[in-house]
Amino acid sequence: MIKTEHLCKRYQALTAVEDVSFEVHPGEVLGFLGPNGAGKTTTMRMLAGFVTPTSGRASICGHDVESAALAARQSLGYLPEGAPSYGEMRVSAFLDFIAELRRLDRARKRARLDYVIERLQLASVLEQTIETLSKGFRRRVGLAQAIVHDPPVLILDEPTDGLDPNQKHEVRALINEMAREKIIVISTHILEEVDAVCTRAIIIARGRVVADDTPIQLAARSRYHNAVSLQLESREKLEAARAAVAALPQVAAVEVSEREARLTALPRAGAQILPDISELARRQGLQLKELHLESGRLDEVFRTITA
Amino acid sequence: MRNVVLILRREFASYFATPLAYVFILIFLVLANAFTFYVGDFYQRGQADLRPFFMFHPWLYLFLIPALTMKLWAEERKSGSIELLMTLPVKVWEAVVGKFLAAWLFTAIALALTFPIWITVNYLGSPDNGVIFASYLGSLLLAGGFLAIGSCMSALTRNQVVAFILGVVACFVLLLAGYPLVLDAFQGWAPETLINAIASLSLLTHFQSITRGVLEARDVVYFVLLIGFFLFTTAVAIDLRKAD
Repeated sequence: MIKTEHLCKRYQALTAVEDVSFEVHPGEVLGFLGPNGAGKTTTMRMLAGFVTPTSGRASICGHDVESAALAARQSLGYLPEGAPSYGEMRVSAFLDFIAELRRLDRARKRARLDYVIERLQLASVLEQTIETLSKGFRRRVGLAQAIVHDPPVLILDEPTDGLDPNQKHEVRALINEMAREKIIVISTHILEEVDAVCTRAIIIARGRVVADDTPIQLAARSRYHNAVSLQLESREKLEAARAAVAALPQVAAVEVSEREARLTALPRAGAQILPDISELARRQGLQLKELHLESGRLDEVFRTITA
Repeated sequence: MRNVVLILRREFASYFATPLAYVFILIFLVLANAFTFYVGDFYQRGQADLRPFFMFHPWLYLFLIPALTMKLWAEERKSGSIELLMTLPVKVWEAVVGKFLAAWLFTAIALALTFPIWITVNYLGSPDNGVIFASYLGSLLLAGGFLAIGSCMSALTRNQVVAFILGVVACFVLLLAGYPLVLDAFQGWAPETLINAIASLSLLTHFQSITRGVLEARDVVYFVLLIGFFLFTTAVAIDLRKAD
């Protein structure tokens, strides 16, 4: 379990993190969201024991990150922001160095190194020095060192930054696979990632937690929650359709995209407008290309909360 | 202890991963020999000893050792790898000692590679090899002292050039602590005991007393304490300002 209580970090004039409290339990994948400079990295650094909190406490698997720092670090796999490592080292030597410091015995070290090399597709670069690698490979080397000892807790600062879509998919699959028995905290500003891997999201802005919920519940805060989007075959009837949809009593507002010939009808609070709209389309004989119900837009919630 | 060895091994290998190791050893050997023969009048003196060789070591180390230590911690800060190292289950002192020992082992190798001059002097005459052995030991201790000072200066900054300059200045001051150049700054206002205390800190005095062939416990203890003090300060500097 990860537990933080009233965690604060102040630099002279600047408050980086203020009164952050949360708990994370095994099986949870917590996504840390927030604008740049909101305090995500500082919070993660305090959990990893790299930054000392000004006040408040944090513990990992029951070990306080300050008073039992070594025990806390042993239960932790940590990918720092930007995946720093020793540039002049070869990938194989670097991973071996980390595995040795993690006290893996010979057989287990071999098995774990084989696993991470296979899983993160590092076989082709093992004998290259890290400084010659592309950003994507460096990130994967950073991930490999974080999971090589199979820790119960993983803290990953932007694990998919710099990866191409295929690599992102691979890393997310890996996170989902590990999620069952581990506690995982990731930070990201890619909102689709939250949908893809997180069971819970904390939004942090100006050092404070401003939302702590499941991704579905967060999306439900959006004004697009239960909105209905319909795309017409042609633009000719767009204006007439807009007027008809806007006239429905349960519809709060209608947004129009001329280019796509698309209408998005926003419901009044709590209303279900899909039946009304499909009924209307049938009655008016609108030629629909597409009709769907939106679950809400995380990016819109994110902007509303953190602005 | 295991962590110290692991860090020592990694650091030591990193010297040879770049041209640094080869450039350092080459320049050290060339300069050490050039000074001995051209400035130290090795032949003209007509004496079978290595005094002209060891007498220039403090001045060689003054610039070469800070060049070796400037990256110890400044580079870790600059590249961000300090965040990786300090979040692994490694104690700060283990990392400090491991890095220091790697640098010391490296200078020991550079020093050992000066053996042809020892063969030469034994070929030309019959020197007191006891004095030569003591001098090698003194030179190694002096290098250790400089390395510890350099390590401390490197821990204070993320800029390697700043670390180098601070290292040279700190080494220079401690080297000449017993000489007017340093003592004059205290003369006149500081009490006599303080001036004596500062004078007794002089690296050069202790080094010269060893190279005369008198291996006294107090000189060895001095170097051990000096190294211990600066490594302790390094650990404190790292621990207090890990993330800065």
